[in-house]
Formats: sequence, C-alpha cells, structure tokens
Amino acid sequence: MKVPHLEPDSMVGSKPYVSKPEHNTPLGFPGELVEGWEQKAVTKLGELVSQSRALQVFLDSCVKCGACTDKCHYYLGTSDPKNMPVARQDLLRSVYRRHFTFAGKFFPKLVGARDMTKEVLDEWYSYFHQCSQCRRCSVYCPYGIDTAEISMAAREVMDSIGQGQKYTNEILVKVHKIGNNLGLPGPALANTLEGLEEDVKEDTGVDVKYPLDVKGAEVLLVTPSADFFAEPHVDGLIGYGKVFHAAGVSWTLSTHASEAGNFGMFVGSSANLHKIAMRIREAALDLGVKRIVVGECGHAWRVAYSFWNTLIGPFDFLDPRYPVPQHICEFTYDLIQKGALKFDKSANDDKVVTFHDSCNVARASRMGNMPGGQFVIPREIIKATCNHFHDMAPETIGEGTFCCGGGGGILTDELIDLRIKGAMPRMQALKDVIEEHGVTHMAAICAICKAQFTKIVPYYKLPMDMIQSVHGLVSNAIVLNAKQ
Amino acid sequence: MSAVTVIYALLFYIATAILVIGVARKIFIYARTPQPLKIPTTPAPTTRLGVAARMVREVTVFESLFKSNKWTWLFGWIFHLCLFVELTWHLRYFIEPSPFFLSWLQWFINFTGYGMVLGLLGLWGRRFLVDRVRYISNLSDHLMLALLVGIGASGLSMKFLFHTDIVSLKAFFLGLMSFSLQPLPADPALLVHLTLVATLMIIFPVSKLLHAPGVFFSPTRNQVDNSREKRWVAGWSAAIDNTKKAAG
Ligand code: SF4
Ligand code: SF4
Repeated sequence: MKVPHLEPDSMVGSKPYVSKPEHNTPLGFPGELVEGWEQKAVTKLGELVSQSRALQVFLDSCVKCGACTDKCHYYLGTSDPKNMPVARQDLLRSVYRRHFTFAGKFFPKLVGARDMTKEVLDEWYSYFHQCSQCRRCSVYCPYGIDTAEISMAAREVMDSIGQGQKYTNEILVKVHKIGNNLGLPGPALANTLEGLEEDVKEDTGVDVKYPLDVKGAEVLLVTPSADFFAEPHVDGLIGYGKVFHAAGVSWTLSTHASEAGNFGMFVGSSANLHKIAMRIREAALDLGVKRIVVGECGHAWRVAYSFWNTLIGPFDFLDPRYPVPQHICEFTYDLIQKGALKFDKSANDDKVVTFHDSCNVARASRMGNMPGGQFVIPREIIKATCNHFHDMAPETIGEGTFCCGGGGGILTDELIDLRIKGAMPRMQALKDVIEEHGVTHMAAICAICKAQFTKIVPYYKLPMDMIQSVHGLVSNAIVLNAKQ
Repeated sequence: MSAVTVIYALLFYIATAILVIGVARKIFIYARTPQPLKIPTTPAPTTRLGVAARMVREVTVFESLFKSNKWTWLFGWIFHLCLFVELTWHLRYFIEPSPFFLSWLQWFINFTGYGMVLGLLGLWGRRFLVDRVRYISNLSDHLMLALLVGIGASGLSMKFLFHTDIVSLKAFFLGLMSFSLQPLPADPALLVHLTLVATLMIIFPVSKLLHAPGVFFSPTRNQVDNSREKRWVAGWSAAIDNTKKAAG
C-alpha cells in the first residue's frame, strides 16, 4: 500500500446534510444549533470525558508518534491530513486541552490548544463524519487509542447542541417509531417473508419457513433490515432460513425487533443505544424464545456481542447452554462441525471467493470461544460451501482489515465521493487477488459493507453482483431434502 | 551552605512533590473514571492472565508499535530501553550501599547514554523528515525531545568530559532524602543536567508523558474479552436495571 503525501484540506468540503428539527427533537436533541452553543459544547465535552475512562486516557496519552498516521483508509484514499487518526483526534483534543488542562489553559500555542469556535465546529462536522469508527487505528497505536471513541464523543457533543447529521438521526427516528432502520412496517415485513417462502419453494421444492412473531419459537433471529429485500443481503436471509430448516430448529423474526442495527452507537448516544437494544430484550421475553441469534451485520454484532449483556442483560431467561447472543455464523459453523448440514459445493463452482473481514466484527467483537474466532469461523463456512477460496493480502484482512469505506453512519449519497475514496485500500487488495487468483466474488457478513460495496465497485470497474452474503453461499450449496 | 546547594535542594523538593502528587492525581482520576462499556480491541485475551500478558508485551516490546511502524518502533524502543537502564543505574545516587544488581549493568551503561540520544534523534528526525509526522507535531513535541536530548547529552558529557564528584553528589541526594543538606558540587554540566531533569519532573503530570501511566488504564488494551460470559457494568451502564422492566 503506497502512502500518499499530504494534500491539506482536500476533503474539507465533504460533509453530510445537517439534520432537521424533526429528526432531532424525538431523539432528545435540540432542533437546531442552540444559542450559546460554544459554551454548551465545552460543558458537554467535559461531562463526556468525566464519564468515560477511554476518553480520559486517550485524550491525555497520545505522544504524536505518528504510528497511526498511515493506517486510516480515509487518509490513504483522500490524502487529507485531517483524516490521519491522530489529526482527527486532535480536532477534539485541541478543544479539550484549551478548556480542561493546565498546559492548554496557560500555554495554548505550545500544545496546539484551541477555543471552540465556528471554524472548529465546521471542521468537526466535516472530519468526524469522515471516520467510519472502524478501529483500525486502535490496533496500531501503542496505547490503543481508539479514534472511534473520539468520533462518537464529538458527534454526541454536536447532537447535544443541535448540529446532528441527517442520515443517522433520520434512521434513529425511524427505528424508534417503526422498529427498523428502513421504516418497513409490520404488514410489509410479513408480506416480504411470505414472498420469500414462495420463492424458496419454487427454487427448491422444499417448504422452508420464514416465520414472524411466532411465540414459543426456540430462536429469535435479529437481523439488519436490509436483509429483507436488498441484494445480496436477502440471499443471506434465505440462507439463514435454510440452515434453521435443515437443523430442525424452530425460529422466528420479530416485528418489534425487526432490526439488528443500532445507530445509537454511531452518534455516541448512550440513551439511544440502550433504548434501541432494549427492543430485543422485550421481543425475546414477549415471544418466550430460548436463544437469540444475530444475522450478518458488523456494527450490530459489535453492539450485540460486546454491549448487549451490559445494556439489556442479564439473560437469565434464556437457555444457558448457548452463548447469548450467538452469531448466525457460529450457529451454522456448529452444525457444520457436527456434520448436521449437507452441502453440494459444486453449486458455487462458478465462483472463486474471497472474504472481507468487516471492521466491527474483526476489531470489536468475537465469534467462537477463542480470540480470533471471528476470522476463522466465516472462512470455514465459506470453505465448507465453496471449492475455490483465496484470502486477500494478510495485512489487509484479520485485525488489519480495511473498512469498506461506508460504515459508522456515513452510508449516505451526499458522501459518495468520500465513500469511493475510502474504499480504495480494500479495492486495491481485492484487485490484487482478482489478478493473481482469478477471484470473482467477495463475501461479507455486514449489511453496511454489502450496501457500500455494491454501490461503489462499479467506480472501480468491477461488477456489482460480485458482492455476496456468506449465507448466500450457504444458501446455494445447502442440500435440503437430506432431511425430508 | 552555598546558594547553589540550597536552590537545587528546593528545586528537587518541589519537582518531586509536583511529580508525585501530579501523577498520583492523574492515576486517581483514571482509576475513578468508569468505563461503561466493553471496548477491548479484538482479538483480545479472554482471561485476566491473558490481558496481563498482553500488557507486559505492550510495555516491554511495544507490540502494537512493532506492528505499525518499524522505524518508530526501533528508535522508540532503543530510547525507552536505554532510559530504563539509565534510571535504574541512577539508583546508586539514592541508595547506600548501592544495590547489588547495579554491577550487572556496568557493561550496558557504556552504551545506554548514546542509545538514548540516538533513539531520540531518530524520533526527532522523523518529525522533520516524514511529512505526516511533521504535520501532527506541536511545538511542545519538539521541546520535549530537546529536553530529553539535553538530559542525555549533559549526562554523557559528565561521563566523558567534565567529570563530577560523584561521591559528593551522592551525599547531596542522600542528604535530601534525610532532610539534612549536604553541599552539591557546582559543576556547570551537572547543574544543567539536574535543571533539565527537574524540569522534566515538573512537566510530567501536565504533558503527554502521561502515556506512561495511561497505557495501563487504556480500556482497549486492559479489558478482558468476556462480554458474553460476564455482565459488565460501570458508570452510566451500572444504572441500568432491566429486572424491573422484565417483571413489569
Ligand atoms: S476509526 Fe477507522 S475511520 Fe476512524 S480514524 Fe480510525 S482508522 Fe480512520
Ligand atoms: S499511534 Fe497513538 S500515540 Fe501515536 S500518534 Fe497515533 S494516536 Fe497518538
């Protein structure tokens, strides 16, 4: 990966639409930029720091060693120095220093401390929406400084003064009101699932069910709402259903919790994070399920794996023999291990597959019972269902994986330029395996990755349909009548 | 008692007080501030012991830095290692009789002064030569390096050019520790060295040198990856009570 030279302020103009009052007030944020926001922002920042050891330590500890400067895909793709993780942190750290540290109060020039001004706010708005909170920088920083935490705090401060971002806040309102990010109401969802059942029946001749709100089912499946209709997401959902069918495990989706995604994390709002997660506890209790399984979604898996127990636990009402929550890949992998699934790998013989590790799965969560299981399990599933698999270059996968360029709440059209540029490192690694190993398809386990990639691969002269759901591959290869 | 002795005695009392109180205060703040959510950078150890091992690797061989930049790692590691040996070596000015293990360092100490300065110059060079690092450097980052280079260079100069009376020097510090002033040899190189060291001690608690205690408190490095097995709550997340909602 070639590291570009600096092109200062080349991306300063990249900013998402500001959210309107109707997308702010329902979330508990002021409708628009409030009177005296400078002081309010500083006060809020102080509050956040006092409530988060991460912020406290990260803001003090950076030594400006520069180790992270070439690690962010947005810097690599845009050359804008403010997209270097440490420089992004400094946008906020400078204000923190000015108001909360001895050195910044008395020697601001010396340590680069700045007052909270309109110019600073504008910079925050641009560059904290050029961070996908992918945590790649935190892997490489000697103190584990995680710019994602700082981006979340900055966005929370901005929301608290009425400078929210339209895309995320609109979605947050939708999920609170309708139950999922896409605003798909219950009846439409039921229709969609019926349609899927018919399609699968036509395809395979087997009655695979896609149940909704079934009380007493064994498993509650919570999945990103994109799975309900977008391509290639829906192939994944079809795959989950086939796996449950083949395993003979009863399962259900829930209209109340028809969304695994939790954008509360992106804007750093603990209240929203908690409230959105709470729907899953409620649905699980209401339906009386024994297990919760989460579909293919990166940040949703982070929230589920790392935060659910804290936010909506304890899960003493669920079957203690299974991890709570369980990833659909863990579920499928267990069955494969037990020999309970039968595959015809030749169904995927038209493909040479590679796997994109999604950032939130790779660096913010785990699968299985050993560190790094999140890298092994999806690959084992692919290998069980496909004859041809090749990994991309080692420094671009696993814990060093490059973000798709669209995560963290920036998957919106007005940021398309940023998204294309931010995808560059991943695209380069992909092109390398295409050339060297004839790779034809890239599988992913994240709704945002899939949506982002299908949108931006054409700009890199690659076909949209090369992006696959891992459970789409499972769906192709699984032999269903084995059990019939 | 000469004025120089009195001034440096006072300086070191003040510097020590600021260093100890300042760092203790920060450690207290870090320890007291809750970390409401689990955020280890994964793949992370799943046991306490594993986390301890991760931390030991971070602070001894700079594991993460090694992954990210070999030059910064090399210069940074040489500097810190040499600094560590030098600090240990300096115990001989504070403990009578000198600790026995210091004799083991006798050989290294021929190189560590140079190593320190070399590592620092390497790191400093990157602040000029690499455009990305130049961009993120503040004046304070340069001054900090200047200060450390000054400490190393003045220390080296005493070793090879301007020998000082180390017996009196030791008496001075032992005296400081038992609150009975002993004369300090007024050699210029020594006074420069001591002034810079005291300056470093004073700015430590208000500077990026806080990375030294900070790394141990960094949640991405010190948390155990066991969020599914063990419910974690702290700060605002400790206020969540789901049992009530479940019943009602
Ligand atoms: S979290 Fe990811 S996007 Fe944000 S600064 Fe770090 S590497 Fe860049
Ligand atoms: S790697 Fe960490 S300490 Fe070094 S500049 Fe980046 S954030 Fe700061």
